[in-house]
Amino acid sequence: MDANQTPIEGEFAKKTILGAGNLLTSLLVLVVDIALGYFAFRLFSLGYIPLGICFVLIILMISVAFLVPKAHMFKWMAIGLSAWLLFSIFPIVYTIYNAFTNYGDGHLISQAQAIDQIQAQTYLPETGKAYQWIAYRSPENEYLLWLKDAEGNTKLVTQVDVPGDAEIPLVTGENGIGELDAEGAPVTIEGYTRLNRILASTDKNLTKIKFGDPENTIQVRSPSEAAELLPLYTYDPETNTFTHAVTGTVYFDQEGTYTAKNGERLIPGYSAIVGTKNFVQFVNSPGLRGPLVTIVIWNFLFATFSLLLTFSVGLLISIIYGDPKFKGKKILRSLLLIPYTIPSLITILIWRGMFNPDLGVINRMLESIFNISPRWFTQPWLARIALLVVNTWLGYPYWMLVTSGALQSIPGDIYEAAEIDGASGWQRFRNITLPLLLVSVGPLMISSFIFNFNNFNLIYAFINGGPPIPTATTQAGYTDIIISYVYNLAFASGRGVQYGYASAISLVLFMLIAVMSLLQFKFTNMWEEVGENV
Amino acid sequence: MSKHPSSVKRSQTIGLVWRWALAVVLILFSIFPVLWIVSASINPVNDLANQKLIPDNWGFDNFRQLVTNPIFPFFTWLKNSLIIATVSTLLTLSLTTLAAFAFSRFRFRGRQSMLKSILLIQSFPNLLAIVALFTIIKQIGDVVPLFGLNTHAGLILVYSGGAMGMNIWLMKGYMDTIPRDIDESAHVDGATDWEVFSKLILPLLRPILVVISILSFIGTYGEFIIARTLLTQREMQTVMVGLQIFTAGQYTKNWGIFAAGALIAALPIMIIYLILQDQIVGGLTQGAVKG
Repeated sequence: MDANQTPIEGEFAKKTILGAGNLLTSLLVLVVDIALGYFAFRLFSLGYIPLGICFVLIILMISVAFLVPKAHMFKWMAIGLSAWLLFSIFPIVYTIYNAFTNYGDGHLISQAQAIDQIQAQTYLPETGKAYQWIAYRSPENEYLLWLKDAEGNTKLVTQVDVPGDAEIPLVTGENGIGELDAEGAPVTIEGYTRLNRILASTDKNLTKIKFGDPENTIQVRSPSEAAELLPLYTYDPETNTFTHAVTGTVYFDQEGTYTAKNGERLIPGYSAIVGTKNFVQFVNSPGLRGPLVTIVIWNFLFATFSLLLTFSVGLLISIIYGDPKFKGKKILRSLLLIPYTIPSLITILIWRGMFNPDLGVINRMLESIFNISPRWFTQPWLARIALLVVNTWLGYPYWMLVTSGALQSIPGDIYEAAEIDGASGWQRFRNITLPLLLVSVGPLMISSFIFNFNNFNLIYAFINGGPPIPTATTQAGYTDIIISYVYNLAFASGRGVQYGYASAISLVLFMLIAVMSLLQFKFTNMWEEVGENV
Repeated sequence: MSKHPSSVKRSQTIGLVWRWALAVVLILFSIFPVLWIVSASINPVNDLANQKLIPDNWGFDNFRQLVTNPIFPFFTWLKNSLIIATVSTLLTLSLTTLAAFAFSRFRFRGRQSMLKSILLIQSFPNLLAIVALFTIIKQIGDVVPLFGLNTHAGLILVYSGGAMGMNIWLMKGYMDTIPRDIDESAHVDGATDWEVFSKLILPLLRPILVVISILSFIGTYGEFIIARTLLTQREMQTVMVGLQIFTAGQYTKNWGIFAAGALIAALPIMIIYLILQDQIVGGLTQGAVKG
């Protein structure tokens, strides 16, 4: 207001301080960048490439925001956008990627891990390097194995799965080793019992245990012989195939599973890109498509009726009790707000108890008054009605709050003008209140629709999608909506987890939601609001 | 302005009567489940089938069971929930307010498309990305275990990062209603952006700050699917996960204990609502009318 009085020295001082501040900022940014850089480096070295790239992007963004003067506005959002990138964008990109892979049971690990695991599989050869052996057993059923090869070299080895050295030096007096016998085997080892032939051949564990160096494990083959295990499959990186050591069968890489010509598969497979297979399966498989039609129709019905019911109950309350002359408004509002004030999961679980067909209070009341006892959880339409009742209860207070605010903001002189023109109460509501209200709460109506379209908590906690659709090949119920169906498909299905396929349906669902959201933005001028003239 | 002849007065009385009659019905509908759960919590019968609205000989046995029952460390869960919800709310609040200030006050290239994509991305349900979220937190935890699986810090990060979109829009919409003349005149007086933000704008944001913190607190407090996925140890879990697990068992037989737990778990949120009711309503409608 009195800008002219700013002294020039003050300006100068401020600039100097800012200069010092800039240096400090640069240093701080450097420290943060180094810390994050190290973090990204560690991620890369663990093989987590995509997440590492994500952190590199974050480092770039922070550096640009704080060090490039022209990009100063990004300072304000650098941290927020980093969190957004990491926990909103990256998961979506990852889901899109998964939708084109067979990630899921049998394909949970990376190719390198799968190759390692297959290479680690061994077999006990019929011939090959063999040893004489003597076993020692501790009271805890840990074993030591003394070995002597054809050249007469002896050694004492430990179990592979017991931590510690693979081999214990055969020196009397050390590690509790007693005198050696004529063969060179210890007569006693402290804490262990030397097993004689009979004890050894009746010991059930002994032939299953792997001894020695994990790279070259040794296993007991017969009462007289122990032998070195050999890798069962050899990997050829050039052709990306495995060959069976005994039969010579070659296993070719087929979409993440090494498969022989006769169809035999090696386990484990790895998560591989399978192209549009998941989407094709989604469209073609009748067992999957059947319940999906029912589910999609119900999904739209559920969201529509939920919105209509909650909106009209809420609007009705705010019209009837919005009159400033109405006494007790405040206490009434507090009481009617109660459903909104309790975490919804808790009230959903309470309603579930109340709707319990045999024990719940609702049926006990209905029985004593009307002598009926509806099967809320087993009859499809009754279950759906119960859900809508619960959802109306959960949602109307929101619309009560929103519409009462919006009604107040409609200027009173419009009504006065209408009254002079002789408009009736209904006409005023129909032609003034409703259109103006819809303009102001329209976007909230669409987001409420979208919210209910994906109202997983209610469906899942109240009834878990039930009652089940008998003809469906997957877990699907009459009250399932797409998101709960996808969730069960991915995590709860009896056929094991199918992240790839679930991701594909997630994407389809996301498209649906995105179209609805775009409609919302177009319809409500939210896009225009972004413009310059705000 | 208008006169009050006796006929008008009579019709007003009639209006008042049916309004209150309807109000009673609505109130019954709205508070019945709450009354029911309160009654169940003090009913020693502890069985859904034998519950009455007014129990025969009431007592606080169910609440005592909550403290002593070793399988359900209820109060540890409650503490976890309160910590997680508080910290994520504070984090969300500071991150969104700063970002919204930039979107509301600065004009730069990419602003529109950024705002649009934030809004669009927000419509992707977090739940569908749960496999990805699990993987991210696991991988981060492999480097810094402090933020890994089964830590509250990891869950808080997921909550704060996932809640950015809509809150930025709410906050920016509110800031846009504050005339820019205010900050322009302050700028002329030599105020820096930070001074404008912290001294001029921030105090005016109180209503929307209250709304966003309440919505965010309630949202994180009530969330259970992501929490259940990321927190695997019983002592680390939140009260919502705990209650949900409780109902997976034979909960019709332990209805009284469940009711007691549900009541205590609901209490923090109910208190917030009843105290801050006016701010919530004010803020919600501001956000609602705007748009």
